[in-house]
Amino acid sequence: MTTDTAEAKTTDDLGELTAALHAHEAESAKHKKLVILAWSGDLDKIWPTFILATTGAAMGMQTTIFFTFWGLFPLVKNDVRVTGDNWMQKMMSVMNRGGTDHLGLSKMNFAGAGPAMMKKLAEEHHVASPQELLEVARDLGVTLIPCQMTMDLLGLTREDLIDGLAEPAGATTALAEAQEAVTLFI
Amino acid sequence: MSDTVTKTLDLKGLACPMPIAKTAQAIRDLQPGDLIEALATDPGSVPDFNAWCTNTGNELVEQTEEAGVFRFLIRKA
Repeated sequence: MTTDTAEAKTTDDLGELTAALHAHEAESAKHKKLVILAWSGDLDKIWPTFILATTGAAMGMQTTIFFTFWGLFPLVKNDVRVTGDNWMQKMMSVMNRGGTDHLGLSKMNFAGAGPAMMKKLAEEHHVASPQELLEVARDLGVTLIPCQMTMDLLGLTREDLIDGLAEPAGATTALAEAQEAVTLFI
Repeated sequence: MSDTVTKTLDLKGLACPMPIAKTAQAIRDLQPGDLIEALATDPGSVPDFNAWCTNTGNELVEQTEEAGVFRFLIRKA
């Protein structure tokens, strides 16, 4: 092998490496999306959901939360008491009051004493509340999509839910958004 | 490229993810090349600011600690 061809080969390798690097960068850019499927309305699950969504948006990820089943209740306005059209849906809202101020813990709830203690601890440790996180998330451009089907099932109307949400949509919208995204089911 | 700090953020006392979230909110108003100074007390902010800068392309110019206060000097990409 002459020096010329060796040099040419090095240049070729460099070209290949650069191309590979660009391909890798493009690949990484594709994953700069975060989609969280928020199924749980428990305080200790919706809290990390909002923490991760806020952080994702802060990191420049295109972030979406799709709220379904119990996950819809944190989106209910705090001053809305009873939701639903029939006695079953109404009873559900009485037993499981919506709004970020009224969420229970998945364990050690103790009829509301657990969440009160958790909120006190959070205040002492300067941890932002779900409500504060929700506001920052919205400001950073996190898309909040309520699931239309579960809204109908649970008797929640658009008027029961807070402002600043995207149009209610279905599973297809959630999965279409989840293409090439980091996805979490919480 | 200026070497003067355009904006200082007092993030002392805040816990994860607020130091990063508030920095991301504040940096939107700056021009590329501007310097932003963030002061935090959360020890977790040290790895978090490093990870955030690596991920977003903003440059972590300087990182110091004095009396429990972490100071991050960041240049906007």
